Amino acid sequence: MPDYVLSHYNYWVVIVLMMVGLYIVFESGNLIKRLVGLSIFQTSVFLLYISLGKVAGGTAPILIGGGHGGDKSHGGDESHGAEGAHAVEAVDAHAGGHGGAHDAAHGAEHAAEILYSNPLPHVLILTAIVVGVATLSVGLAISVRIREAYGSVENDEIRAADISLGEAEETAA
Amino acid sequence: MNFVSSIVLVDIALLAMLGVVAVAIIRLKSLFAIVMLSGVYSLVSATWFVAMDAVDVAFTEAAVGAGISTALMLGAMLLTARRVKTPDKAGARRWGPFLAVFATGGLLIFASTDLPAFGDPNSPANSYVGKDYIERTPSEVGPPNIVTAVLASYRGFDTFGETVVIFAAGVAVALLIGFGERALAFSGQRSVTPEPVSPDDHHMVLRVVSKLLIPLIALYAFYVQFHGDYGPGGGFQAGVIFAVAVILNALIFGLSETMDAVPAGAARAGAAFGVLLYGGVGVVNLLNGGAFLDYDYLFETPAPGSYDPHHWGQHFGILLVELGVLATVASTMIVIFYAFAGRAPEIRDEDW
Amino acid sequence: MSWFAEYLWAPAALADHAAALIVAAPLIAAAAVAMAPNGRFAWVMTLATAGFCFWMALSLAGDIGRDGLVSYALGGWAPPMGIEFRADALNAMILLLIGMIAVLACIFSLPAVEREVRAEKRPLFYSAFLICLAGLLGMTITGDAFNLFVFLEISSISTYVLVALGASRDRRALPSAFNYLIMGTIGATFFVIGVGFLYAATGTLNMADIAARIAVMEENRAVHAGFAFIVVGLGLKAAMYPLHQWLPGAYAYAPSFVTVFLSATATKAAFYALVRFLFSVFNPQTFPFAETLLVWVLAPLAGIAIVACSFQAAFQTDVRRILAYSSVAQVGYMLLGVATGTALGLSAGMFHLLNHSLMKGALFMAIGGAALYAPCSKLTDLAGAGKKAPWTMSAFAVAGLSLIGFPLTAGFLSKWRLLEASLDVGWMWAVAIIGLASVLAAIYVGRVLEAAFFREAPEGGPDIREAPLLVLAPLWTLAIMNIWFGIDSSLPLGLAQAGADAVFSGVYALTGSAP
Repeated sequence: MPDYVLSHYNYWVVIVLMMVGLYIVFESGNLIKRLVGLSIFQTSVFLLYISLGKVAGGTAPILIGGGHGGDKSHGGDESHGAEGAHAVEAVDAHAGGHGGAHDAAHGAEHAAEILYSNPLPHVLILTAIVVGVATLSVGLAISVRIREAYGSVENDEIRAADISLGEAEETAA
Repeated sequence: MNFVSSIVLVDIALLAMLGVVAVAIIRLKSLFAIVMLSGVYSLVSATWFVAMDAVDVAFTEAAVGAGISTALMLGAMLLTARRVKTPDKAGARRWGPFLAVFATGGLLIFASTDLPAFGDPNSPANSYVGKDYIERTPSEVGPPNIVTAVLASYRGFDTFGETVVIFAAGVAVALLIGFGERALAFSGQRSVTPEPVSPDDHHMVLRVVSKLLIPLIALYAFYVQFHGDYGPGGGFQAGVIFAVAVILNALIFGLSETMDAVPAGAARAGAAFGVLLYGGVGVVNLLNGGAFLDYDYLFETPAPGSYDPHHWGQHFGILLVELGVLATVASTMIVIFYAFAGRAPEIRDEDW
Repeated sequence: MSWFAEYLWAPAALADHAAALIVAAPLIAAAAVAMAPNGRFAWVMTLATAGFCFWMALSLAGDIGRDGLVSYALGGWAPPMGIEFRADALNAMILLLIGMIAVLACIFSLPAVEREVRAEKRPLFYSAFLICLAGLLGMTITGDAFNLFVFLEISSISTYVLVALGASRDRRALPSAFNYLIMGTIGATFFVIGVGFLYAATGTLNMADIAARIAVMEENRAVHAGFAFIVVGLGLKAAMYPLHQWLPGAYAYAPSFVTVFLSATATKAAFYALVRFLFSVFNPQTFPFAETLLVWVLAPLAGIAIVACSFQAAFQTDVRRILAYSSVAQVGYMLLGVATGTALGLSAGMFHLLNHSLMKGALFMAIGGAALYAPCSKLTDLAGAGKKAPWTMSAFAVAGLSLIGFPLTAGFLSKWRLLEASLDVGWMWAVAIIGLASVLAAIYVGRVLEAAFFREAPEGGPDIREAPLLVLAPLWTLAIMNIWFGIDSSLPLGLAQAGADAVFSGVYALTGSAP
């Protein structure tokens, strides 16, 4: 049981965070606060995805010594004891003319030596973060216009303003 | 058990901080505090992403979530309200959201029991396509940073879509608050001129320091851009950092001065240019007989069965589309900032 | 269908890449249009792009008619590593619909936008429209679950701003757009959560690949939850009752051109995605819980939607709100057909989807055209409109009769087919509901027609005039299609049937590479 909790608590905390964000969206009547809730909700979903891609004992998915003419300046590779492989790779790169199969073998070899976390969720969440800020900026711009048109960014006051003009016909919540 | 002791402790500590921040936001009424805590939430998430090996995500979350988003929210707050009002709520309206959220969360937790164990290297997510990317990137695409390879090449169309999403946000914000008598950004008016600098001006220190910092920030943006193949970074992060340099300039030296240096029209053109560059690379690939965004067809139609050990096509394809991303992200962020900052507030003192 | 295919056939170089171009062209054009010097120029570019998309849709439909399935690996990366565009007859039908409506709406947009959008905003406005179009086409053609989310958001973000721009006529467009943004984003995030659970269970994002891998996981709770979240997320976008609250406000206060385009396409693309997940990803034959959901959740919701929203429509005093509530009820009809879980029901639902686009497009276009010179949409404002704008309002009458389900209109045939599908599975309650809702439709459409044709125009009422040719041409194209398809339904019914057959014969599924 403790093992099970240890292997799943991460998801549970993330789900609770998601729900806190969603609660702010539903509960608040202030447009800006609702947008903050929305972004907390979305950020927490990002946490869920990244949790899925974590590999125990893994490192960031940046190949150590891999790739072509790989830049040697990324930090952290020394700490993984890969200097040897690294040097060999550099010599190879200088020799030049080696085929892809050779390279693939190297890549596979490194992948076997060093565990990398799964890059795919990272890519997806990069996309999602950008989509999130796009939505946020549009929402904020609409709030500014609402403030100018209604003099308020509170849901109740906006609805009341429409009703007082006899305009509101069951405006959607 | 090494994994358990180190990462898990960091993990639990950061998640606990996130929980505290999120709950605090529920209780708060001051919008300024809410916006700031929202930035804190993003920054703590970014730290957590580093612990989870998602360095590119962490970089983006720090730049976008904690940086630009917070700045935009503050800008919007200046144009709207300072505090959240608390209306009296009837029972159903108080408990309705709570029950809805409780039910959703319950369903999720129930479902999460069948998720693979956290950190399991053999889970379906980590052993199928994700692992293939790690194994095949060196022989198929080239850059050591697999996230860059997947982002710009394997899933390049997603990234094209994402660039357009940012562009769409720029179009949307410009349409909503970039025009009209209250907008300074597009009507050619000058905004409030900054006060003349006097020796006892308390902004003096800020001005001197930022004068030194702004070029460095812009330079750093280009480092992040071109180092994206080898380490964390890429067009999105670089674009945001570049925009931050311009925004900082506007905050310290005044909006109109900044708009003289980087005109709003140029920013709009830059945003469109980025999308056209990205799409143009795809069209060139088509004309050379490849699939849309197949960078192997960037320069010419590769001979059948040939293998380019340097992946020049992929290399320059990624370089070009990342430049497109940089142009669109940086320009759009500037357009959006101009739109918010250039909107004359119509806010009364009692609203504050 | 073959006769125009002969003349409009795309050259092979284009046809081979039609799947990518149909999405990439409007995305690229959107950036170019944003830099256009004036609205007229932007309009020409937009119309050309919409026409190109329709052409590519025709070409794709031809290819699918020949091969059954089109698969396009973007970036040259074979799925599941790369993103795949995957289209069978069901996609073809929706792509054709969106392409055609985009062209017609775009023609209508020239006079409408000149009345409703300020001159300096027009290039950006058309840019936002093209982004929305690309998003909808992308949602329809993509075979990758996460790519679907990206396109969902592309179309949504542009839709929010297009709706909000109605504020120059009525400030209520702003809160409507904001509500749409909040609900739309929650919906999209739910979709992402669902995709995340499926990814955790299968390790892939390709929809056909997911389908193959979850086929052996019918007991996995993560898969069940993923399914539920995807249905809620897409249901929100498709305005599935009770997740439709954003729709009436958005349709009522958006600029008229935006309402025409959205009412005929936006919910349709989301509805397509819902059907794709319900039938091609989660096959009800292997997933008992998917079938349970269809029969015990979606079917009752469809019934409630049809009755409740038809009632609400009957009590509105604003024509655009009447039509908006009617739209939610019509989504109920489509869902009812789909919920039967049979090929007959699916083809009936899809047939109704096509017809509904034609009628709602025409109805909103007629209202926008009649009120072109005097923004108004109250019932009382329309009194006597039939005499002032006979051509415009008679097109409204034709499409309105189709909405009721009057014989010799397209609406009659699709409702008839829905009745057949309900009887086929023995749902007598559904038959009763369709009958009741048709009476309600007769009431709400009748109220508008009564005001327009049998009442005298009040003194000093709004300046309703006959719409210009650029409105009448696309309007009557749609109206005539409503009659044509009511007499000879072979084209739309053929498309819908081919789509349903493709879904049930499993054309979409991966062949030979099951794990």
